[in-house]
Order: sequence, then structure tokens, then C-alpha cells
Amino acid sequence: MSMNKLDQLYRSVIMDHYKKPRNKGVIDDSNVSIDMNNPTCGDRIHLSIKVEDGIVVDAKFEGEGCSISMSSASMMTQAIKGKTTEEAVKLAQVFSEMMLGHDHDDSLDLGDVEALSGVSQFPARIKCATLSWKAMEKGIKEANL
Amino acid sequence: MIKTNIRGYFPILDQEVNGHPLVYLDSAATTQKPIQVLEAVKHYYEFENSNVHRGVHTLGNRATDAYEGAREKVRKFINANSTEEIIFTKGTTNSLNMVALSYGRANVGEGDEIVITYMEHHSNLIPWQQLAKEKNATLKYIDMNPDGTLSMDKVKEAITDRTKIVAIAYASNVLGTLNPVKEIAAVAHAHGAVMVVDGAQGVPHFKTDVQDLDCDFLAFSGHKMCGPTGIGVLYGKKEHLEAMNPIDFGGEMISIVGLYESTWADLPWKFEGGTPNIAGAIGLGAAIDFLEEIGMDNIIEHEQRLTRYAIEQLSAIEGVSIYGPQDAAKRSGLVTFNLDGVHPHDVATVLDMEGIAVRAGHHCAQPLMKWLECSATARASFYIYNTEADIDRLVEGLRNAKEYFADVNE
Repeated sequence: MSMNKLDQLYRSVIMDHYKKPRNKGVIDDSNVSIDMNNPTCGDRIHLSIKVEDGIVVDAKFEGEGCSISMSSASMMTQAIKGKTTEEAVKLAQVFSEMMLGHDHDDSLDLGDVEALSGVSQFPARIKCATLSWKAMEKGIKEANL
Repeated sequence: MIKTNIRGYFPILDQEVNGHPLVYLDSAATTQKPIQVLEAVKHYYEFENSNVHRGVHTLGNRATDAYEGAREKVRKFINANSTEEIIFTKGTTNSLNMVALSYGRANVGEGDEIVITYMEHHSNLIPWQQLAKEKNATLKYIDMNPDGTLSMDKVKEAITDRTKIVAIAYASNVLGTLNPVKEIAAVAHAHGAVMVVDGAQGVPHFKTDVQDLDCDFLAFSGHKMCGPTGIGVLYGKKEHLEAMNPIDFGGEMISIVGLYESTWADLPWKFEGGTPNIAGAIGLGAAIDFLEEIGMDNIIEHEQRLTRYAIEQLSAIEGVSIYGPQDAAKRSGLVTFNLDGVHPHDVATVLDMEGIAVRAGHHCAQPLMKWLECSATARASFYIYNTEADIDRLVEGLRNAKEYFADVNE
């Protein structure tokens, strides 16, 4: 079976995050707390973020979904820790551009997140990857910190 | 038996997807269309296109004859008494909403009950849920057996003298369960309730006789039975339809329009406001001709043979769980399953890379997913053009998916 294209989707770093999710759980004293689901497929996520002086000091997620949605959530929580809320929101926008296959601002360090770029080749899976990022963007904006 | 050359009538199946011959296993979502249906729609637009029930001109007559001819084909297909009982709609969802909005609003009051099951598609759930909320009525769910079937004891427990509407799927789009709607209709009637049958997953697959079922309403979609999208049917007993108010007001559905009062057209046109989907109805008529030539008994026999084979073959893969009744004789042509350790989306993507189309997700049945205690499943559904070879490809694909994820999971 030709797995080349599949390998672009399921990169080892993605599967590593799927198998060993980082930042799984709930922050008790969070100031951003949001639930989001993907109504077309049943994936769901609960995201909690703690912001101090405009900096994301902690982020955790819980939820259920496929390898792409769960690994993306894991990577997202990792990527926004230590960033300002503005930078976190900016990252979400950059991620969205990346999923659409558009040229994106590469001045920000995406770290492991870069591995998800292959998802843009699988239109049906883009929503899986963007779920946690949309939750983060909406949660931070609504918390008005 | 269905002739193996039937696939030749479906041009779409003769293609490669992602470098592999297409195996289409998503007919419960929508079926493919045979050339007979494509030609009928094309012929209509090339030679007959005109508005119906209006002009004096010849094309108008041809269009009207073709449209009303399709209605007669539907009547015969489900053995309704009269074409007055056959309303063309956009599809099952539209049909069921019409019953809820017209019959439901007029006949359900505070404290009354509407009875459905956990296995209903959202289209046979939300209209009743919303009606119950609006009227302060109670929405009741019939308990299911662990294998996803209904037992008549539970049905009799749920339906009472307060029940006004019982609405149940003829066949479940997730479990494949065939429900005893004829027996349930008898219970509903004994309590003075009406029986609404969601036939979306039933009518395309086996002979449906509304007089034998004695159902009050039956809804189904053209696109799940080789017809075009955007056309469906609401069957209703004449006595109900006559008493019901129209939902869509406008052209074609009127008799006399005054400045402050209007009267309605006769059945069935009173429920068909606006220019209908004429080409869709004609396409559905052609689909019915096509299915009847194959024979509805042959279709269900073919599907159950494939289902039996699929259950056998899939069960042989370690880590596969199959939902719904294990006896193929109790189900329609679909198998819903999960592969341990691999999310159904990932399963569907791996299969897609091999040209195999299956559905993954909650199948528009979130309450049922909750009942099954899973957030999503994968579903392979079969129709007349599928063969054992398609299932062999599915099995091979699943083995590859399992292997692939075992590797990446290491």
C-alpha cells in the first residue's frame, strides 16, 4: 500500500503527541475556560488557560477525538505557554492560514506544530486540526484579559 | 439475485480514487445514480422543461404529465390508495418537519406525549423535540435492548392514552436494525395515536406497503434510492392530509386568493407551494422504474447477503467491534464498527487513501452515540452495486489501517 501521502499526515511527532498528550487535564484556577465541539464528527475539547500579566502561564486540555484533533490540542497548549495572549491569538491565525495551505507568517516559532502542515492536503481533516486552536482564540478573546 | 453487470449502469463507480479503483461504501448517506436516472433528468431539461400546472402550451403539458406520472409511480411503489396521498418534498427531513409543523401543532397539546426511540436520526428527533418544547408536551424514548433492537414489551410500556404521535425509523441508519413498525402502528392506533415512519433507510431497500403497515405518515428521500438529491416524499393518509393546514403558502397551492382570505388547492397540491423540483420528481420516477426492474425482494436479499459476509469478515479482524444486531436477517445493508485503538476518522482517512469511501462520525445520531457510549463510529453501507469483492477490499484496508497505526503507535 502506498503510504507516502499518509506519512505526510501522520508524522511521527503527531503520533507521539497523540499517544502521549502533553498538558492533559483541567486547571482549577484558570481564567479562560471553554468547551468546543465539532458538530459534524463528534470531536470535543475542554480547554483551560491561566493568564498572568498578559502571559499564558499554563494551558491544559481534555477531550475526545481523532489523532489529528488530539495531537493538535496537545501541540497547541505547548506552543502558547509563555506567549502573550496577543501572540497566542496570532498563532491561531497563523495556524489557520497554514491549514488552508496559504503562505503564512514564519517569524513565529511554531515548534512541533509545523508537523501538522501536511493536514492541509486532507481537506476533510482540517476541522479536526483547527478545533483546539479555534477554542483557544475564542476563549482568550471572550475572557477579555 | 442481482446481476453482477448492474455496476455498468453507474458511471461514477468506474474511476480511480487516490490511485485505486473506487469502492463506494457510503450508500446510506447517498446512493449513486444509474444512467437511466441521469438520462431521465437530461431528457426532461432537453425536451420538456416548463412549469407544471400552469401554461396552456404543449411543453407545460408535457412537464405536468411527466411530474404527475412520477407521482403515480411513487404511489404504486409504496402501494398508497391514491396519488392524493403522495406529496413531493425536498427530502425526509422536510417531510418529517411538515408532519410536526402541521399535524403536530394542531393535534399535540400540553401534557400529551410524543414517543420516539434512541436510534432516531436527528431528522426524526429534533422536529419532535422542538414540538414538545413548544407545546409543553413530553418527549418519550422507548428503551432499546442491548443489541439495539426494540422489544414490543417496551413499546407497549411507552405508548399510553396520552400519546398523540409515535415516530420511528423503519431501519436505523447506524445499527441497521429493522423495526417492527407494523406492530408498533397497531399499538399506537389502539391508544388513538398516529404512526409516523421515517422510511429513509427502509424504502430504498425493501418492499414498503403503506396499507399493510397501516402507518399514518411515511417519509423518505429520493437520493438514497438512486434518485436525485432535493426530492423526497411525504405519504399521509388522506383523512389526515385533508384536515391539515399547508406549511408553504404561495403559488400552485391555492384555489381562490382574495385580499384577506384564500382557499387551498386540492390534495396533494395544497402542500406543494411554489414551483416544485420537477426534474427531481421525474428522476425519482426513473429510479423507481430501475429498482422495480431489479426487484425489491432481490435488493434486500442482496444487501443481507453482503451484510452477513461483512459481519463475518470484519469479526475475524482482532480489535473490530460491530454495533447493532449480529443477525443479518434483522438488519438492512450496513455495518457500523470501530477498530480498537484507531479513531474512526483515522480509519476513514486510511481507507480513503486506498479508494474506499466509508462514513465516520456520529451519523446524525448523537443520542444513539451516547447510548452506545462512543463519540464516533465508522460505517460501511451497501447497495445494489456492491459486491463481496468490495467487502474484501474493506477488510484488507482495515488490516492495513491496523498495521499502520500499530507501527506509528510503537
